[in-house]
Amino acid sequence: MTLGEQVLKVRSKNAGPFWVTIDVFCGSAEVYAQMTRRIETEQVARLFDTPLQLVKRFDIADLHVIKFSIPRPVVQGSRWDRDMHGAQWACLLEELPLDESPLCA
Amino acid sequence: MPTRVLVPSGVLGLGFDRGALARGVAMRPDIIAIDGGSTDSGPFSLGAGQSKYARAATKSEWRDLMQARATAGVPLIIGTAGTCGADATVDWMYDITCELAAELGQRVSVARLYSSQPADRVAKALQDGQISPLTPAPAIDAAAIAAMTNIVALAGAEQVQAALNTGADIIIAGRTTDTATIAALPLMRGDHAGAAWHGAKIAECGALCSTNPTSGVIVVDFDASGFTVEAMHEAALCTPHSVSAHMLYENTDPFILYEPGGHLDVTDARYRALDARRVRVEGSAWVPGRYTVKLEGARVAGYQTTIIAVLRSHHYVSNAKAWVEKLTYYLNGAIATRMGLAAEHYTLEFRLIGVDSALGGQENRSGDPVEVGVLGIVTARTQEEAAEIGKLINPFVLHYPLTEDEELPTFAFPYSPATTDRGALYEFALNHVMTLDDPMAAFRLVVTEVGA
Repeated sequence: MTLGEQVLKVRSKNAGPFWVTIDVFCGSAEVYAQMTRRIETEQVARLFDTPLQLVKRFDIADLHVIKFSIPRPVVQGSRWDRDMHGAQWACLLEELPLDESPLCA
Repeated sequence: MPTRVLVPSGVLGLGFDRGALARGVAMRPDIIAIDGGSTDSGPFSLGAGQSKYARAATKSEWRDLMQARATAGVPLIIGTAGTCGADATVDWMYDITCELAAELGQRVSVARLYSSQPADRVAKALQDGQISPLTPAPAIDAAAIAAMTNIVALAGAEQVQAALNTGADIIIAGRTTDTATIAALPLMRGDHAGAAWHGAKIAECGALCSTNPTSGVIVVDFDASGFTVEAMHEAALCTPHSVSAHMLYENTDPFILYEPGGHLDVTDARYRALDARRVRVEGSAWVPGRYTVKLEGARVAGYQTTIIAVLRSHHYVSNAKAWVEKLTYYLNGAIATRMGLAAEHYTLEFRLIGVDSALGGQENRSGDPVEVGVLGIVTARTQEEAAEIGKLINPFVLHYPLTEDEELPTFAFPYSPATTDRGALYEFALNHVMTLDDPMAAFRLVVTEVGA
């Protein structure tokens, strides 16, 4: 199972030219509770090749959302940038395989 | 004093529902406020000092808003006019406004708030220790500042209030924070400061905070204890979830928002449905701090020529990465021997569309695509140099064989000439704040009467 198969939506977008922010909409309190335990910040840092200490994480229970913000490795629109709006970055997190422990453990 | 702000959409040029706008005007707002830009589309707009939106689209929507203003009899304000909010795009918006005033038979007072920063002012501020980097910030010195094509400072509520105080009918503001044009009037009238900034942040993308994002128009009521938000399209509902979730959008931190002179903290904000359409928000806090304005700047980082070829032959599709590595190595050699260019003079990069062009080194999937697009990007010191490299590599991008013992392949070029000169490549070059003793010290106001 991938993360994307278990949550409502994963989206990413620039937050200014120097950051990208990724929102995981879990859709329910139950899935949110599972995901806050099962998504590790270290995995996200590895996925986006960012030093762990630069990854900001917000677990927002009211919205059933887990949010990550990371500094862009390449500044928006600079020579080596491949995704001007950073919106495709979400795919990496969406496709992250989660371990096989059942959802209602 | 309660203040009603009508926000027609998230940005001028993207469209709004006219019926919803009429309903908003009928609610007798105290001001009509719309955003004109952002850095969202990249550094070109600021670098070149041009709007990203078509003049025709901008004029058509601004016509509707100028008529709505005349009907409502209240000020109309646009922030970050012309996408980047440089002086050139403020003047571009001013020209459109003058044309429309004449066409509509309106006589209006127009205030222009200019946000562009002369390089010597920024260089002096740097020297005086008045400029601090945010994280992450490009390195700057006086020479780097002088080389920027445009620098703007983001105006806050104070500068917008100075413009409102001129009594102008229409305010065309250069770069402002996304929220300042909406928060300025409620703050002036003594409404709750935390609510003014929070409501402005919720409203700055128009109906994006509702269940029907493309309908555009919303109305926010500010008062002494909070704010209430309602979408004007009949099918658009503001719910506690749709409104609170908007704090996530394009924000690194969903609870804190920095503005000139302090920050908004929504940690303790409470969102409550008044009915099926309206949401009431209370508990947001404004925390005063040092008076700084954020700076944005862009510089030319080179000039580009691009080329696209499509690989359809399965032999090449399945070996696309190996082929493009070999081709790049060969071409760098050819550029060195034929043009005498060293590695630091230019870059040549091929991106394989269908393989990993969006994510590059972070791509962790592979597939068996039917075809692969090969996007070659040349960046050099001048356009002539980039174009010359483009012409030099052109026949090899068309014919380069994977192995020496095979017949010369010919790939698909979609057009002739195969190369496209893209002009300047701009880069964002500032992520800094500048301290000001007087909020107006870095901004200019010009008021004129225009129209029939």
